[in-house]
Amino acid sequence: MSTIAPSTRRPIVLVVDDIADNREMYSEYLSFAGYDVIEARNGLEAIDAAQKRSPDIIIMDLSLPVMDGWEATRRLKADERTRRIPVVALTGHALAGHSKGAQEAGCDSFLAKPCLPDQLVAEIRRMLESGKAAVTTTKGAS
Amino acid sequence: MAAAVPTQARSGAESPRDAAARPALVELLLFSDDAAECARATVDWLAERGGARKSICALIDAESGTLKHVAAAGVSEGQIESLHLALEAPDHPLVFALAGREPVSLGKRRAPDSWRSDFLAIPLPLSEAREARQGLLLVSPARCEPEARWAAEMLGQKIARLRAAAATADSAHKVQRERELLLNIVNASPDPILLTDPEGRMIISNARADALFSSKEGQSEGRHRAVTLNNMMFSAALSQQAIDESGAVRRELLLVSPSEGSDLLFELLSSVVQHPREGTCVVSILRNVTDLRAATEQIEENYRRLRLAEADVRAERDRLDLIIDSVADPILVTDSSGKILLMNSPAERLFTAPDRDERAEAERAVRSNDAHFSSFISNLFLTGSGLRWRGEIPLTDPSTLQPLPVEAVAGKVMSEHSEVTAVVTILHDRTEAIEKARLYEQLKAASEQLEEKVREATAELVRRNELLQRQHLELEQASQLKSQFLANMSHEFRTPLNAILGYTSMLLQGVSGDLAAPQKNKMLRVDSNARHLLSIINDILDISRIEAGKMPLHLEEFEMPALVAELLAEVEPLIQKSRLQTLTDLPPGTALVVSDRQKVKQIVLNLLTNAIKFTPHGQVKVMVREDERLGEVGIAVGDTGIGIAPQDQDKVFEDFRQADNSVTREYGGAGLGLAICRRLAKMLDGRIELQSRLGRGSTFTLVIPRKGKRR
Repeated sequence: MSTIAPSTRRPIVLVVDDIADNREMYSEYLSFAGYDVIEARNGLEAIDAAQKRSPDIIIMDLSLPVMDGWEATRRLKADERTRRIPVVALTGHALAGHSKGAQEAGCDSFLAKPCLPDQLVAEIRRMLESGKAAVTTTKGAS
Repeated sequence: MAAAVPTQARSGAESPRDAAARPALVELLLFSDDAAECARATVDWLAERGGARKSICALIDAESGTLKHVAAAGVSEGQIESLHLALEAPDHPLVFALAGREPVSLGKRRAPDSWRSDFLAIPLPLSEAREARQGLLLVSPARCEPEARWAAEMLGQKIARLRAAAATADSAHKVQRERELLLNIVNASPDPILLTDPEGRMIISNARADALFSSKEGQSEGRHRAVTLNNMMFSAALSQQAIDESGAVRRELLLVSPSEGSDLLFELLSSVVQHPREGTCVVSILRNVTDLRAATEQIEENYRRLRLAEADVRAERDRLDLIIDSVADPILVTDSSGKILLMNSPAERLFTAPDRDERAEAERAVRSNDAHFSSFISNLFLTGSGLRWRGEIPLTDPSTLQPLPVEAVAGKVMSEHSEVTAVVTILHDRTEAIEKARLYEQLKAASEQLEEKVREATAELVRRNELLQRQHLELEQASQLKSQFLANMSHEFRTPLNAILGYTSMLLQGVSGDLAAPQKNKMLRVDSNARHLLSIINDILDISRIEAGKMPLHLEEFEMPALVAELLAEVEPLIQKSRLQTLTDLPPGTALVVSDRQKVKQIVLNLLTNAIKFTPHGQVKVMVREDERLGEVGIAVGDTGIGIAPQDQDKVFEDFRQADNSVTREYGGAGLGLAICRRLAKMLDGRIELQSRLGRGSTFTLVIPRKGKRR
C-alpha cells in the first residue's frame, strides 16, 4: 500500500462486465483492497466512463451486449484521451483465439475466468507498477 | 429198163465183103490225131465200104454231160440235130444203148420220130466197160452190123486213146502251172522257205532262202563263207530238231547276212513231212526276227525304264502321301466331277466310315459329309473363274458325332490347256476358332458388364464422395458448432463459477467479517467443490479443444531439469500435505528438448498429481532419461502407491475412467486426466507408457522426441 500512498488518492479501476454478480463482486473486493471502482455494463458505457473519469486501469469483459470488449478496447486505444489507460481483458472464453483477438484489439493483459478476486488484484497491481515504471522510464528518457 | 433189144453178137468171124477195106480205115485212123476227123473217116468208110446207107457218130462231151454228133453220112439235118441230147435222160433209147453190152436195134416204134429207119446203136468201143465208152455209132441198115461193130471198135479204141493222151497232156500242163504258181507264192514270201532232207540238203528253196544258203561262182569270198556258215548252222539246227523228234518246232537261229555280213536272227519253224517219192523231208520257214528282237529288247528296256519311273513315281507318291498324311488338316484331291482321287488320313477319318464300327450314325455322318463336300466342290465350278474358293462346311465327326465346322480352301489344278484336272481342298477345323470367338464374345460381354459395374461403382463412388463431402462439411460445421457450443457452455459455466469462487474467496478472506470455525469449514467445502467443478470444466474444455484441433503447438527449446524443478515447486504444497518423499533422477547437463513446453508441463503435472493422489505413503520419483539412439527423451513419474491391476492398465487412459469407480469417489477427479495426457502426448508425437503392479506402485513415462516437429 505504500506505493499508492504518495499519490494520496486511490487508483480508479473501471470494471466492465454485463453480469451484475461478477461486476459487483469485483467492485466490492477492489474497494476492500483499496481501489476506487467505476462500473460499466457494456462497451459504450465503458468508453463513456473512461472518457469522463480517466480510470487508472480498465478490467474489460470481452463478451458484452451493445458493444463488445474488443471493439470498445479498439476505440479506447484509438482515442488520444484514453489510449494510455491499460486494459486487462477478462473473459470466460478460454479458447485460444480470444486472448489473441484481445491483444490485437489493444488489450495490455489477459485473464481467464474464473478469476479469483485476489488474483485480479495481483494483476492490477502488476500492471500499475509496470505502467509507472514504463512512464518513469519514458519520462526519464525524455 | 432198156427198151431196145440187143442184137445177138455175132463174132467177127464173118469176113468183110471188101478185104482191103478194113486196112484203109486202120490206116486212116492211125495217122489222124483228131477225134472228129477219125469219126468222119469212120462214117465215110462205112458209107463207102461198109454198106451202110446212113451212119452217125456221136461222142460224149464230158464237160457238158451231153451226147453230140460229130460226123454223119446219109442222114437229114433234122435227124442230126435230134441226136444232141443230155446223158441224164436214162429213158432215152440212145442213153440206154450207150450203156449196153451189145448193139441196140432201134425199133421204129421205139425210135424218135426222126429215127424211122432201122438204126443200129453201137457203143464206142463195145469192148470197154461202160465208164470208158466214148460215144455211139448209129448205122442203118442193120445188116451192115459186122462192119459197123468192127469200125466202132476201132474208132472207140482210137478216140479213147486220143482222149487219154489229151487228158494226160492237159494234166501235165496243169501240174507245171501249179508248180510255177507255188514257186511264185513261195518266192513272194518275205521269209526264207526251204524243203530239205533231214540232213539239211536243199530240195526246194525260195529266193530269200537262196540268198542265205546258196552262192554262185564269181561271188565274193565273204559271201561264200557266209553261205557255208549259214548252211552249217541250219543243218545243226535241224539235226537238233531231229533229236528232239517233235512236230513243228520254233527255235532261234543266228545266221550271217551274206550281202552285208551282219548278224541276222531268225526264228526257225520247221516241220517234218513225209514225201511220197523223196521220203522224209523237212519244211523250214525262217522268219527274220533281228528287228523284232531289237524291238523286243527296246520294249524290255522301255518297260524296265517304265518300271523304274513307276517306282520313282510310287516313291514320290509315297513321300507325298507321307507329307499329306502328316498334315493335321484334312486334305482332299478330287477330279473335276467331284470324285475323290486322294485324301490324307485326317480326311479319311471324316469321309470314310470306320471299318469295325458299323454304327449307322457314323455312316450317316460320312454320307452327310460327302454331300456337303460335293456341294462345296460343285459351288466351286458354278461360281466360276476364280482359281480359289473359300467357304465353310458344316461337317460331323463320324467317330464322336459332334458337329465339326470347317473352313474349306479349294484350289483348282489347271492343265497346260487350261482345263481343270483336279481340285485340292484343305479343311481347317473351325471349332477352336468358333470357341475362341464365343469365349471372346463372353469375355467382351463380361468386360462390358464389368465396365458397366465399374461405371456404376464409379458413379456410386462419386455419389458417395459427394455425400461424404457434404457429410464432411456438415461434420465440420457440426464440429464447429460443437466447439462453439462447448466454448459457450464453458463460458456459461465459468461465469457463475466465477461468482461462486469469488464470493467464497471473499468470505474466507473475511471481507465480510470473520467467520466462525464451522462456517469457515463449510465455506472451505464449497470452495473445494467449486474448484473441482472448475477442473472438470477445464478438462472437458481441453478435450474439446484438442478434438476440434484448436490447441496449437508452440514449439520451443527448453531445459528438462528446469521444467522438472518448476513442476516440483508447483506440487510442493500437495507433497507437503501428503508427507511423501520426492526424489529426482536427472541426467547430467541441460538436457535440451524442443517441444511444446506448456503441454509437456501439463502432462507431467497431471502425472505428478495423480502419483501424489494415489500414493498413501512412500515416495514419488521423477526421472529423466535420454535415448540418443532413438532421439527420444522420457520423463517418468514413479510412485509406491496402490498400483493398477494389469486388466485395468488400458482402461485408465479412457475418457471418464479410473481403474475403479470407487476410486473416483475416494480420490476425486473426473477421470479425464490420463485421457487428456494421452491426447496431448500424441500431439507431441510421443506416448505415455505404464508399468504398474497392484499394491506396489505405478510408473507413468512420457516419451517424446527430443526435437519435435511442427505439424
